[in-house]
Amino acid sequence: MNVYKFDEPGLAAWINKLLETVPVYCPAAKGEKCGTHPGWKKMTEVMLPGTGGPAGSSVKTFYFPQPEVLSTCSLKKNDDDGLLLKEPAPAAEKQVVFGVRPCDGRSVELNNLPYAEEKLFQQNRERTVLVGFSCSEPASTCFCQATGGSPYGTEGLDILISRQDDDFLVEILTDRGAEMAGEGLTPAPAAEITALEKLRAEATGSNENCDRLKNKDMAALYDAAFWNPLSESCLNCGVCTFLCPTCYCFDIQDEALHGKTRRIRYWDSCMFPLYTLHTTGHNPRGRKVQRVRNRFMHKLKNFPDRFGPLSCVGCGRCVVECPVNIDIREVVTDLLAVE
Amino acid sequence: MISYLPYPVRIDDITVETEDGNLKTFKLVLENEAERQAWNHVPGQFAMLSLAGQGEIPIGIASSPTEEGHLLFTVNRAGKVTTALHQMKVGDRMGVRGPLGNGFPVADKLKGRNIVIIAGGFAFTTLRATLLYMLANRDNYGKITVIYGARTPGMLLYRDELAQWAARDDVDLHVTIDREAEGWDGLVGFVPTIAGEVGPSPENAAALICGPPIMIKFTMPPLEKIGWTDDQVYLSLENRMKCGVGLCGHCNVGPFFVCKDGPVLTRAEASRLPVEF
Repeated sequence: MNVYKFDEPGLAAWINKLLETVPVYCPAAKGEKCGTHPGWKKMTEVMLPGTGGPAGSSVKTFYFPQPEVLSTCSLKKNDDDGLLLKEPAPAAEKQVVFGVRPCDGRSVELNNLPYAEEKLFQQNRERTVLVGFSCSEPASTCFCQATGGSPYGTEGLDILISRQDDDFLVEILTDRGAEMAGEGLTPAPAAEITALEKLRAEATGSNENCDRLKNKDMAALYDAAFWNPLSESCLNCGVCTFLCPTCYCFDIQDEALHGKTRRIRYWDSCMFPLYTLHTTGHNPRGRKVQRVRNRFMHKLKNFPDRFGPLSCVGCGRCVVECPVNIDIREVVTDLLAVE
Repeated sequence: MISYLPYPVRIDDITVETEDGNLKTFKLVLENEAERQAWNHVPGQFAMLSLAGQGEIPIGIASSPTEEGHLLFTVNRAGKVTTALHQMKVGDRMGVRGPLGNGFPVADKLKGRNIVIIAGGFAFTTLRATLLYMLANRDNYGKITVIYGARTPGMLLYRDELAQWAARDDVDLHVTIDREAEGWDGLVGFVPTIAGEVGPSPENAAALICGPPIMIKFTMPPLEKIGWTDDQVYLSLENRMKCGVGLCGHCNVGPFFVCKDGPVLTRAEASRLPVEF
């Protein structure tokens, strides 16, 4: 795919052109009022991301919007098609998400592994164009390389923009990206493309942690002694799961109002006791340690065993926001120490 | 592509199964001819019963694929959706999403083997489907032994069919109740005790056991005593679930998704999983 070069005014002009044709979302400041996508606001004027790690909220809100309507119908028996659930027309209009870090881009690719055959996820993927921004100065809580990612990684992104001194290299990575890029752009010099590729190769992390975890026995990891002390401080607040770009669990609820109903899905969290509660009152993961262990085992062992990579991109949001400082990097270390 | 849209169905018949009225069997007919023709399931699979405005519940399919034209679901009234379902009438519209899960391996691993079906309480539903399937393909299986127990005679499911099976000479049927009851001249005793007394041979055999966890736990020792091993015992797990296709996360038992990888697995496979079911 093509690589273009912009100076700052040129990039601003290109973004302004985008703003005229398609809704563009960009990271909102902490506490800033947002619309349907918490943490992401409609871009009204050109804003380039600064340094540091990813935005406060992950891009999963664009792939699993809340609420997402699965089906609707009239609840009146005598209506035509009463009680006959039907799917709404798919949302098809394009949307651009601007300022996405490579970790978030990669999360979409990882979520695509289980969701490859899911209609709603694929529809959302088709309509969403991710414009990434390389992460030249990661935050102290960033660890994408330890999960196999790269601050210059392209996985899951449609366009990646990398700062180069005062200029920007714009890599068009997919057909979706090419459609947004338009025409008449200035190709980047070959030497600069080579330099960027070299930088990427040097910065790409390793899958060593993942491979070592896959080689360990599931039961031994499950029975490790550290889960108890680790989980003691957990409040089961669920913030880790809601912020995590690769936590994709959901709940389905029927919402009935004024003779109509809609079946919707929302994000759910395996940190909550209700998540597994049976109608009988029996709860297979009624204890906190079971829930904490389940989340980490899913991300670091069970998902890799089934799909290959870790279900973690090293964005560090859970590390930053956990009120009791549970740190997934330490959990990886603890798991790797299990014989 | 995976979608969450149920097939529309009409309730064709409702049977109150048990004396406490808490278990009803719903006979459902898919509304669209094409979907009725295309429907196919394996005994042991389940489906989501969908009530618009109430929600969905995962329920084992009680009918055999050899019973054409309709589906049966025997439902215990327990929570929000099952309570709403119990209030529905013949002719009402609802939905079915499925079939889901793997089912019993009736077409491969169980073929040619002696089959022992052990059920307790209202966990008999998918085993009824399996038994009917096996009777319709009788030559594919060896000796079929059924051990089924409930608390009282009035709590037994499918009583008319039990009488029919008892009259057949190609099924070895043992129906038991927990305590002596007036008018009952059959077996009395818990399922594990009766299983020990029947003592089915493990040779070229497979056991399909569904029931309360406590029943399964106590049924194993008498079987193990006469040589049964965990890899010839099939169980069916249950967990809270939403999507039914291995995505929403709720039903996982370690790496195993009950909805997609199960619900059926051998006891040997289950013993390698965390006890989170």
